[in-house]
Parts: sequence; structure tokens; C-alpha cells
Amino acid sequence: MASATISPRSRKSPVGMIIVYAVMLLVTLLWLTPTVGLLVSSFRPGDDVKRTGWWTVFTDPATATFTLDNYRTVLGLPKEGQVVQAGQEINLGTAVINTITIAIPSTVIPILIAAFAAYGFAWIRFPGRRLLFILVVALLVVPLQISLVPILRDYLRLDLGGTYLGVWLAHTGFGLPLAIYLLYNYISTIPRDIFESAFLDGATHFTIFLRLILPLSAPALASFAIFQFLWTWNDLLIALVFLGAEPRVQVLTQRLLGLLGQYGQDWHLLTAGAFISMLLPLCVFFVLQRFFVRGMMAGSVKG
Amino acid sequence: MQQVSELEQLERPHGIRDWLSTTLGRVLVSVFVPLVTFIILYQVFLFLRDAAIPQWITAIIAILWGVGGVLALFSLSNYVIEQLPVLWRRRLTPFVFVGPALVILTWYLVLPTLRSFVASLYDATGQNFVGLDNYIFAFTSPEMLQSFRNNFVFWLIFCTALSVGFGLLIAVLADRTHPTFETVCKALIFMPMVISGVGAAVIWKFVYEFRPPGSPQIGLLNGALTGLGLDPQAWLLLQPWNNLFLVAIMIWLQTGYSMVILSSAIKGVPADLYEAGRIDGANEFQIFRSITVPSIRGTLITVATTIILATLKVFDIVQSMTGGNFGTQVIANVQFTQLFRQVNNGRAAAIAIILLIAVIPVMYYNVRQFGKQTEAF
Repeated sequence: MASATISPRSRKSPVGMIIVYAVMLLVTLLWLTPTVGLLVSSFRPGDDVKRTGWWTVFTDPATATFTLDNYRTVLGLPKEGQVVQAGQEINLGTAVINTITIAIPSTVIPILIAAFAAYGFAWIRFPGRRLLFILVVALLVVPLQISLVPILRDYLRLDLGGTYLGVWLAHTGFGLPLAIYLLYNYISTIPRDIFESAFLDGATHFTIFLRLILPLSAPALASFAIFQFLWTWNDLLIALVFLGAEPRVQVLTQRLLGLLGQYGQDWHLLTAGAFISMLLPLCVFFVLQRFFVRGMMAGSVKG
Repeated sequence: MQQVSELEQLERPHGIRDWLSTTLGRVLVSVFVPLVTFIILYQVFLFLRDAAIPQWITAIIAILWGVGGVLALFSLSNYVIEQLPVLWRRRLTPFVFVGPALVILTWYLVLPTLRSFVASLYDATGQNFVGLDNYIFAFTSPEMLQSFRNNFVFWLIFCTALSVGFGLLIAVLADRTHPTFETVCKALIFMPMVISGVGAAVIWKFVYEFRPPGSPQIGLLNGALTGLGLDPQAWLLLQPWNNLFLVAIMIWLQTGYSMVILSSAIKGVPADLYEAGRIDGANEFQIFRSITVPSIRGTLITVATTIILATLKVFDIVQSMTGGNFGTQVIANVQFTQLFRQVNNGRAAAIAIILLIAVIPVMYYNVRQFGKQTEAF
């Protein structure tokens, strides 16, 4: 009978539980504080950001003032009468569009190509299939740094430096091994009898793939898509290497890096810029958390 | 059944000429989609680059063109295959599916590995053969020695141990709290995971910022120190400890990841194991040590190896916090510097090869471990 009062997972002594809750609260606050600091700073006037700590907003609420000017300046929408000094016209709007233009195709193209390949490896029998698949998985070990020197040479020759296409292809190439591996794991477990009857009706591999496999694989595709999207959105290295230094084509991470380098001058703009760059990933995170966690578990081996 | 095996018999090439034409057909099919896509996309991009239209329209055209183009070309190559006689169709169909991926992988990963190795034996411009000079540089230059110390001591050991340790601690504790409380705490701790390295660097600038004593501090740590009556510290200049302050950023980013994965593993441990332990009179710590940890050993290894891989290749945090100065240099950042600031392709390639060799054993272990638990997906 005694065991009936014990919860299966833990003994709940009140003191112990208070400690557990206290530690959890403390850690959560600790983890949250830096981000809150950034968020608060991004709404403070530029002079305040440079003169006093962001926490004075909480310790001394009477003197705190808030403004949207940082966001206006950063997005290139200055309010009437607001003076934008020369060299301060930091139009991150362009960078936002560039980042979207890079992240979406860099997510969809590799997934599409990988899904075709995963189906081919899983369900079409051909000589050398096993060997080729093992080779693809083995490519997971290659860090993308290996490709920087040779691919950069190719891009110079093809005049691809600084184009969206070059970056899409790079993200596709570097994302494919993992994408094929994960989608293969999923697609190969789809029960055979689901498409057996379609075959008997004379359907080709192509129709079966488009009509049956793609819709059935939606959860796996979505999980990987979120993961790859965040990866391309947050990427700095590939952008620095293949997009180059021209502000017209640069993505958010590059522009932020540039702002970070201009020492100490644009702190207030930096905060707004950083928050803008985090906005979409945070939305994706909170809305699609369940998919995201699954993608994370599956995607732990990104090269 | 009989019919199928006959077809398969036929499918196999007979004789050298047949084999050659089959192979040639497969290569052609594989190259077809990527090449045509590339050429068409390339032309449109040259047009878009020079066209004077609003940026957002360019963006929409580019996205539609890129994504739609790939799908259309798969259809096209399938259409071409379907016009062939049945034998050839069966021989070539697999490569409609796997070919494009193989070609792209060859261009972006297979050939570059070989080409990087060759480039690593040549000088900065790739003109003159220099033997192992670049590797000698990589193992003797002060900045590379510093990078090895930082990558292997500060990043690999501290970052991995602390990220996994915190993640495990939080996962175990969270498991005992109310489900709603647990969900909220876990989401908030996990959140930094979606922030870019550069974004994190901006956030942590406001933690580490240093102003001379006497003037008001705007960095959180120095604000706390001066609040306690102590002197402010220039955290990012304190060698070699500044490495640990950079590592702290990575821990902040990675702990959520390890917590979420470990947490789901812990929830998968059968309840009767705990029950049995308690009946035997084990205390909470003993249960953690002899039941929880052994049950999730595989997951612990996956998480640890994943974080090790991230630490070996760490780049953006260092690049945006210190640029590798003040004793914080790391391998990936030296490679980037050699490639762009020094324009030394030979050295950059040699460092990339060293990185590859460092990653291989960890990755091998990671993939093998991961293969055992694919049900996670």
C-alpha cells in the first residue's frame, strides 16, 4: 500500500520541491536576462543606452523613457524632424529582404532534391544503391570549411560571387547530406502496401512520389524545413564568404557584424537591428515549437 | 513474380557496349536537371542583377523562379525518361531521383575535399608547390597554437561539459515540476537556440561591456560589480579567462538544446525502474546516478558529440565578439582570416583539412550513435 502514495517519478517532500522550483526559477531568470536587456535597450533613446545600464528602467522607473526611434532609424523610416546623421542611414530593410530571399529557396531547394534522392535510395532498386547511399551519409563528416577555397574559385570563374544563386547552391550542397539521411530514415519506414496497389494500377515512381510520398512525409519535411530555415537565416560564414562586402546584397547577420565593428557609436541601433534579426526565428520558435523540437532531435548532426 | 525477375535480368547491362551506354545514360540523366536548372537560373540572375526594378519584386521573382524551376526540371527529366523504351526507362529512372543530389554533392563536397587537399600543398596563390609548408605553418604559428589551446581546452571541454551538465540538471529538475511550469521554463531556456551567433554577440555585449571606473557602467556584469562596491573588469581583455566568457555565450545557446533532448530521453525511462529503485531504498541522487544516467547514456553521447562538433567549428561568436583578438583565436576564424584578410588559399586549405581530420572521429561516433536511435525522428 505504501507504494501507492509514492508518485512514479519522484518522492515529493515539500522542502525538496521548494528547492526544485527555486532552482528552476533562478535558472530561467538567468537565461532570460540577457535577452530582456537587449529588448529593453532597443526601446530606449540612444543617449540613455550609452549613458546608463538598461536595468535602471527597473530600478529607477521614474526617469525611464521609451521610444521607437531606434527601429525607425534602423529600418530607414525616420520620423519627421528626427535628424539622421550622415553615415547613420542604416537601412536594414534591404538586409531583411535579402535574408528572406536567401533563406526560403535555401530551405526549399535542398529539401526537394533530398526528398527525390531519399525516395530513390529507399524504394527504387538499382545496382550500387547501397554504396552510393553510404557515401552520401559519409559526407556528413565534411565540414563546410573544406569547400570554401575551391568553391570560391569556381564562383570567381563563373561570376557567381555576390549572387543569391551562389548562396542558394552553397546552402543546398552543404545541407543535402543531412537532409537525405533524415528523409531516408523517414521515407524508408513508410509501409510498402501503401504504394503497392498504386504500382499495380500502373503508376510510375514519379507519380507515386508526388502523390503519395511527399504528402505522407509532410511531418518530416516540416521538421527539417524549420531547422534548415533557421540555419540559413542565422548563417554568417557562408554569407561572408560567398555574398561579399557590398551592402546592397548583404544579409542581416553581416550587417549586424558590421555595426558591431563600428566601436561603441551605434549601440542603440545595434539593439534594434539585433532584435529585428531575431524576430522571425523567435516567431517560428514559439508557433512551431513542436516541429522545431523534433527537427532539432533529428538534426543534431548538421555539418 | 516470374515476370519481375525476368525484367530485372534484362535490366542488367549485357556486354561492354551495353554497360557503357547504360552508365553514360545515367550520368547524363544525373547531370541534366542540375545543369539545365543552373543555366536557366544563371541567365535570369544576370538579368535580375542588372535590372532596375524594386528589390522586393526581384526577391519574389527570385524565390518563385528558384523553387519552381527545380520542381519543373524534375518533371521535365521524368518526361524525357518516359519517352524511352521500357528497358531504358527502368535503367535510368533511379537517376532521375538520386542523380541531381549526387551531382551537387560531388561539386560541393566530394571534389572540394580533394581540391582542398591539393591546394593545401601549394602556396598562397596556388602557383607553386610548397609541400608541407602550410601544415608546418598550421602546427607551429602562434595563432594556430593559440587556436588549438582555445578550441580543445576552453571550447571543447568547458563548453561541452557545462552545456550537457546544465542541460541534464535542468531536465531532471523540470521533470519533477508541474507540467505547465515545466513547459514554460523549458521554452524560455530553449529560446536562445534560435538566435544567431551574431545576435547572441550583440546581446552579450550588454553583459560584458566595460567602462572605466567612476563612469556609470552599461554592462550587466560590471553594473553588478560596481553595485557591490567592487572595481569593474574589462572581461573580454582578461587573458586567458576571456575565452571562458565567450564560451559562456555558447553555453547559453546550447544548454536549451541539450536540455530538450535529454528531457525527452528522461521521460522515456520506464517508471517501474524508478519504482524498483525506491523500493530498494535508493535516495534521489542514487536513483539519478544508477538509473537515470545509464538509461539515457546513448542520448548523452549524441548530445555531447553534437556540441563537440559545434565547438570545433565555432566561428561567428568569436568573429563578432573579439574578431579572434586578445588571445581568443579559434581554428575556423584563422581559416577565415587566411582566406580573406591574408588571401592565402594554401594555408586556408591546410587548416580546413586539419579541421576535417579533427571532426571525423567525433562525427563517426555521432552518426553511429544517431543511427541506433532514429526513432527520435
